[in-house]
Amino acid sequence: MKHVLAVLVENKPGALTRVSGLFSRRGFNIENIAVGETLTPGISRMTITVEGSETLIEQVMKQLHKLINVIKVSNLSAEPSVMRELMLIKVRAEVGNRSDIQQIVETFRGKVVDVSPNSMVIEVTGNEEKMEAIKLLLEHFGIMEVVRTGKVALLRGSKITRET
Amino acid sequence: MRKKKIKGSNMILSALQKENVDIIFGFPGGAVLPLYDKLYDDPVKHLLVRHEQAAVHAADGYARVTGKPGVVFATSGPGATNLVTGIANAYMDSVPMVLFTGQVAKSFIGTDAFQEADITGITIPVTKHNYLVKDAAELPGILAEAFYIASTGRRGPVLIDIPKDVFDQEGYFDYNREVDIRGYKPNYEGHVGQVSRAVKAIRKAKKPVIFGGGGLIRAGASEALRELAETAKIPVILSLMGLGAYPGDSPLFLGMPGMHGSVTANYALTEADLIIATGVRFDDRVTGKLESFANNASIIHIDIDPAEIGKNVAIDIPIVGDVRLVLEELVKKLRPGSTDAWLKQISTWQSQFPMPLGSGKNGQSLKPQFVIRELSRLGGENAIVATDVGQHQMWAAQHFVVREPQTFLTSGGLGTMGYGFPAAIGARLAAPDKRVICITGDGSFQMNIQELATVVHNDFDMIIAVINNRYLGMVRQWQDIFYEKRYSYTSMEGSPDFVRVAEAYGAKAFRATTNEEATAAIEKALTLKGPVLIDFMVDPEENVYPMVAPNHSISDIIIGGERI
Repeated sequence: MKHVLAVLVENKPGALTRVSGLFSRRGFNIENIAVGETLTPGISRMTITVEGSETLIEQVMKQLHKLINVIKVSNLSAEPSVMRELMLIKVRAEVGNRSDIQQIVETFRGKVVDVSPNSMVIEVTGNEEKMEAIKLLLEHFGIMEVVRTGKVALLRGSKITRET
Repeated sequence: MRKKKIKGSNMILSALQKENVDIIFGFPGGAVLPLYDKLYDDPVKHLLVRHEQAAVHAADGYARVTGKPGVVFATSGPGATNLVTGIANAYMDSVPMVLFTGQVAKSFIGTDAFQEADITGITIPVTKHNYLVKDAAELPGILAEAFYIASTGRRGPVLIDIPKDVFDQEGYFDYNREVDIRGYKPNYEGHVGQVSRAVKAIRKAKKPVIFGGGGLIRAGASEALRELAETAKIPVILSLMGLGAYPGDSPLFLGMPGMHGSVTANYALTEADLIIATGVRFDDRVTGKLESFANNASIIHIDIDPAEIGKNVAIDIPIVGDVRLVLEELVKKLRPGSTDAWLKQISTWQSQFPMPLGSGKNGQSLKPQFVIRELSRLGGENAIVATDVGQHQMWAAQHFVVREPQTFLTSGGLGTMGYGFPAAIGARLAAPDKRVICITGDGSFQMNIQELATVVHNDFDMIIAVINNRYLGMVRQWQDIFYEKRYSYTSMEGSPDFVRVAEAYGAKAFRATTNEEATAAIEKALTLKGPVLIDFMVDPEENVYPMVAPNHSISDIIIGGERI
């Protein structure tokens, strides 16, 4: 099963290396990872997607917690949460099929963020299924390049992932 | 009024003073010159070794004996990389240590400068934490954090890498040992509910056994362990790292478990209905095949490191906390127990399966087991033993009677050949009143043989017992048993005459080839001052038994080539 972990870390040099190194040396697989600042200066939040059994995830969380720069580790998959990812897709687009592409993009509530004589760049956010679905539909036109941010997530409701 | 600014180097030496550091183990070089220059006028002692790896192992031995962090100085580049094995060794065995490495000046970092190596990057996986200091203003905080992290929670090595210009940079030195690190709050008190559950389980158990490890020694939990064992009449098994946490000559002591453990210890773990695991991490050398490990037992696991609980073996009652505090809580709540039937079963095993003393096939030859037993019988009183790694290490663990905690130093997790001799040097400085015996092998000894210069120059009293079988014995044993005696590159042919080598360095040395000579050499060495080497020419093809083959159940034991 896939688990999404929220990891709050002190924003110190090497903190990301410490976290990613831990995954590789203990044989845990990171599916994706997204890092950004939090409301508190000096603290970053990593959102890490890991595939594994409950026992493995427990071990991953405990090992992460042992890193001195790691302040808090929580498993967002264990509770209701919203998860989103942003993807940019560069797709082949001639004058003749631009409106077809436009229609698909609108259906997925995406945006066209760049147009050239023979390509378009589309921005779309959502969960994994949505990403896969739009990719599938655009394949027919020819996808030239894709870039994804990795998942970010928050708990639903007023509950927050605290730093203590 | 604000204090005067001081240099980075002075901050380090002042911090060492505040941390009551009385000895530094080190080796100088270009990038640490500014620090060594300040050391020239400082009252703190510094032991100059002959290779940086020996400095870490010596600091490790010192830390295991005193419980205080060992302190190491080394230079950048090769100086720093030479420390890596020793750091990994200390990390695996949870030894407190603070290491200082010089680094090329800040403006050179990242340019592949002379003697530049990214030592913080290299040591992330083998340190509890590490730092690269970019500004002397950060130094006081980092120094206090480093000592705090190294010596609290699950102990471990912390490295501080300091660019050459930062040693000379000036700043204010406000040192506060009370550090508060947001991401580091070890939990010391065991959970009350879990402790009660453990007490109930112990009262109910018919066949309980205590399985203790190095955590007992780091936590100073020997007395609490003894009370628990003796109040509730529970037999004690100790891992290699735990030896000494409970007296090796007590009738309740069953020896070491696992691959080369006693038959009784392995049978007891297999038959037990309750295992009280304290300060252990269920290493593969202990558990053997996990699926058949202790299938009849509920397991209580007490450890300071939550990540160890449930890592290898499923646990019924987990207790995260300082093992001494938790054991003391358990003792308070326990009533004297009766486990007579179980103890009777155990003593039957003990008399049925004594520790084997060596195969008789070579008749007259000197047996390594005999040598260890003589060392223990004649020199074991008030002694600290440091071993290297291999067959002699296992024989030492099996046959040397270790009575006190912090007196048996061995590389357990990493299995580092070359550890023992420098660790003995650390022990020598840590405990001036104790006898120090280094038990090594002809293979291991050559991995740090250069430290003969250090012990001779400093006139350290110690016995270096080389169990010389002219082989990398443990590897040869595996080739014997699992690779049809194809002894691929395990012969140590070409080794020097250790007696003459020791003499060339200025140490006293003898050779023993028979039982009588062995006994006489030990007796003589015990009367001498300074370093004494004894070259014990033992049976070259003696194997360590009992043995559990890797990934076999620990009740599936081989002695002398036969399954019992």
